[in-house]
Amino acid sequence: MRSRRLAATAAAVLLAFGSWPAQAIAHGLAGKRFFPSTLTIDDPFVSDELSLPTFLLFKEPSDGEAPSSKTANISGEFSKRIFPNLGLTLAGEWNNLDPAPNDRTESGFGNLEMTLKYQFFTSAAHETILSAAFGWEAGGTGRKKAGAESFDVFKPALLFGKGMGDLPDVLNWLKPFAVTGIVEGVLPSRSGNKIYTLNDDGDLEVDIEKNPNVLHWGFAVMYSLPYLQSFVKDVGLPAVIRQLIPLVEIDINNPLDRGFAGKTTGTVNPGIIWAGKYFQLGLEAVVPINERTGKVIGVRGQIHFFLDDIFPTTIGRPLFNW
Amino acid sequence: MKTLGPAVALAALLFGSSAAWSHAFLERAEPRVGSTVKSPPSQVRAWFTQELEPAFSTLEVVNQSGKRVDRGPAQVDAASRALLQVPLNPLSPGTYRVKWRVLSVDTHVTEGDFTFTVSTSP
Repeated sequence: MRSRRLAATAAAVLLAFGSWPAQAIAHGLAGKRFFPSTLTIDDPFVSDELSLPTFLLFKEPSDGEAPSSKTANISGEFSKRIFPNLGLTLAGEWNNLDPAPNDRTESGFGNLEMTLKYQFFTSAAHETILSAAFGWEAGGTGRKKAGAESFDVFKPALLFGKGMGDLPDVLNWLKPFAVTGIVEGVLPSRSGNKIYTLNDDGDLEVDIEKNPNVLHWGFAVMYSLPYLQSFVKDVGLPAVIRQLIPLVEIDINNPLDRGFAGKTTGTVNPGIIWAGKYFQLGLEAVVPINERTGKVIGVRGQIHFFLDDIFPTTIGRPLFNW
Repeated sequence: MKTLGPAVALAALLFGSSAAWSHAFLERAEPRVGSTVKSPPSQVRAWFTQELEPAFSTLEVVNQSGKRVDRGPAQVDAASRALLQVPLNPLSPGTYRVKWRVLSVDTHVTEGDFTFTVSTSP
């Protein structure tokens, strides 16, 4: 009886997934390494997940005649695996600018964004993930007064994740470290926007607002207490603490041309992630790297759901399991 | 009140501890991960965060030469399906590596390893 039940289970599993190596992985796993979803930079892995909401409170610096502005941003991302290693992400956001460039408080949706990501390399032994992505921000789908651009932006990117679990045993305490990162081009479809205004004499004036190409890059350094506890040394941490992953994310934008070259902006984002069975919670400080980025420390938080664990037999698995 | 129903269901789904799916991660083990024990253990027991599929869950113990020292195959405990255990041959002092690969009941695969040391002094 027992063997028949085992055989039935085995048959069901094999029918569903074909063979051992094709089992459901997802969830940011490479061998022993669980990569959490980072809050600031994009993840290197493909999975079924939902970030909702991510919030950001930040004070933008003054820019020319425009005064500094308090920005509140609430965003959401839904990622779906089409194939086990190919996923699509849909993202949207809502912004409140106080004040907006027109000196009034404005709020509304930002542009919609879609990203196709292919995880083309995974090494369990070396806890390594590599992926390539192409993002498209659809211009004109958001509210212009709330900061949405009227032009498309294309974002080809390379992403990586590397856990340090393959270090020699003498460096055991360093094994819980991991790094993820992204190098991305941010390429506007329009080099500049014409801005029409009436001057004091009633004459029409045309200004050109340049849209530079930008090299966006960033990385996250994290120390996984779950990894420490499960694979290196059980140090007796309480249940809540052992699920924490402290991290620092670096997020940099280097404009390359059109009068903006060298005007780097970026943030350093120290924070912490708590990873549970079905979701994770994250909180980070947003520290500007220079006055061009801002003068005041902001805050970012996120609730992130593991759809592959919540709905393992339906929306939590690839559409096509090839 | 009607609107509370889905919220309660969602909360139960997210926070409930008895739900039988999700990835199975190692919760704790005996001997403890990375520990040094004075007397050789007679078995290795590993508790996971989720229930396991017995036919596809393995655990083996090797010495520093890579030679197996367990008397496997490992068994999922009938009463607690999140517990995987294997008896050991008599161990001499040294460091041993426990390697596991498990399938949770919702077909998610996870794997890992850890070491423990049997000390030379009694």
